[in-house]
Amino acid sequence: MKQIFTVANKEFHDGLRNRWLVSITLIFALLSIGLTYFGAAASGAVGVTSLSTTVASLASLAVFLIPLIALLLSYDSFVGEQESGTLLLLLTYPLSKSQLLLGKFIGQGGIIALATLLGFGASAVVLYIQLDDLAILSAFGLFIISAILLGLSFTAIAYLISLSVSEKSKAAGFALITWFLFALAFDLALLALLVGVEEGVTQQGLTQLMMLNPTDIFRLVNLAGLDSSDVNGALSVAINASLSQAQLFSALVAWVVLPLTLAIFIFKQKKL
Amino acid sequence: MNTPLVSLFEAGKAYDQLEALSTMTMSLNEGEVLGLFGHNGAGKTTMMKLILGVISPSHGKVEVMGMAPDSKEAWHCRSKVGYLPENVSFYEQLTGLEVLTYFAKLKGFSKKQAIDLLEQVGITHAMKRQVKTYSKGMRQRLGLAQAFIGEPKLLLLDEPTVGLDPIATRDFYKTVDQLKSNGSSVILCSHVLPGVEQHIDRAMILSSGKLLAMGTLSELRQQAALPVVIKPTSFKAGGLNGALIQDAKLSSFMTSACPNTLLVPENEKVATLKQLLSLNELDDIHVESANLEQVYQHFLSAHEQTLQEQRKGELR
Repeated sequence: MKQIFTVANKEFHDGLRNRWLVSITLIFALLSIGLTYFGAAASGAVGVTSLSTTVASLASLAVFLIPLIALLLSYDSFVGEQESGTLLLLLTYPLSKSQLLLGKFIGQGGIIALATLLGFGASAVVLYIQLDDLAILSAFGLFIISAILLGLSFTAIAYLISLSVSEKSKAAGFALITWFLFALAFDLALLALLVGVEEGVTQQGLTQLMMLNPTDIFRLVNLAGLDSSDVNGALSVAINASLSQAQLFSALVAWVVLPLTLAIFIFKQKKL
Repeated sequence: MNTPLVSLFEAGKAYDQLEALSTMTMSLNEGEVLGLFGHNGAGKTTMMKLILGVISPSHGKVEVMGMAPDSKEAWHCRSKVGYLPENVSFYEQLTGLEVLTYFAKLKGFSKKQAIDLLEQVGITHAMKRQVKTYSKGMRQRLGLAQAFIGEPKLLLLDEPTVGLDPIATRDFYKTVDQLKSNGSSVILCSHVLPGVEQHIDRAMILSSGKLLAMGTLSELRQQAALPVVIKPTSFKAGGLNGALIQDAKLSSFMTSACPNTLLVPENEKVATLKQLLSLNELDDIHVESANLEQVYQHFLSAHEQTLQEQRKGELR
């Protein structure tokens, strides 16, 4: 346990030193406060609009940004240390592979989680001051927790990439493709399936397909509770096929735990 | 002293088709310094990895401190093993002190030990600077400090003196001697280096995964049967040459390539020296046994020859 903490502490401080925490927090805070204030600018008004509009736009923003940031932060975690030779050295220490991986996960996940909390928390506070409505805190609480889980999930996926390749540049390429597939291509494919193939998938089937993509689960969590007028695309169909929030959250947690377990497995098989 | 600290019993490692290290048996006692010599790809690093427990042997048995190093039980032994990898670049953006503190903590030691070690390797003045500003030699010292964490019982050093200036090299060997007198065992892995001979008890010569020779330096010299070079000198007119040629025995040691130089087999060294000393003309004498580098070259070229003969045999 002490070993995990030592590694986590080092990774967390790396995140602080490289200004990752500050930059991610700033990006999230600026974008979310901007969206909160100017989200309704298109309809001619400046100022805080409805809660559901804000959360909907924040969610559609976060769904692109968070995976990208998590992948960027973690894609070279292992392949980078392998290239510099410190991975081999660390493995001669009294430190098991799973301890090293979990330590890194806690450290880098901590950076993502803290940045998400601070960045989006800022706009929650702004909104709360403006509207003085407790519903804001619960809606944002849900949003932030699911955003953190999304970030952790992609951190774990980044480890999978980092452990499966032998060069840093390859890991970067794979990270980009992974982001593209999950954040963009998957939804387009779903839409194509819906529109192009008549009676191709049932509503039930569509929701099940969406469980294959953590970004879609994240969207479902945050948009399900809102007015469906703010939501369009493939999602609005899926939302009607109701899955409880608890089910969605456990699916999201599974998307953290499964890649992480698989990463540990790959790490143990890995030849050095 | 009874049980060896490290023992390989018919251990070997093969990756798919490639035999990185062929079957070998060896042991290392407490307080012993073993030099491991060979070209790149000779299997030095593979052997180190086997002893470190980072990889498991394909066949045979490896034991370190009485346990298989890749097993779970050997876990706590790992803090008593120090390792300096050949090519390691530490976390560039951290300071030297931060790097060493991280590694010390992973072995269960504190920042204080890290500072002491940095002082020992002589980079205290730079410990608050980022590693990326370090010179090659300073990085190497940082690596050594890392290997010395916790006064290890067993040290494996891969090319430890690369990039070190002569003074740092001397300091390094001093540390090795000190660790040795404290009962630590050291495996020094290198291309053959001048100056390493006085600090090792035994040498092991590897080539393309095979053990060519192992033993103390004098044993290896005997095996190699390399002659001792004796250079008698005379300042008198006429010199020594006449006296040497007159004696049938002495003249048989002379070579046409270098005059005034006798190549004498090890077992006839003393007799020849006595004979030379009795010569009146002798003013000075220089005796040089084959050094490690020559022994190493001998075993490698002998190995090359057998390989070539094998190939010829296959072609026929």
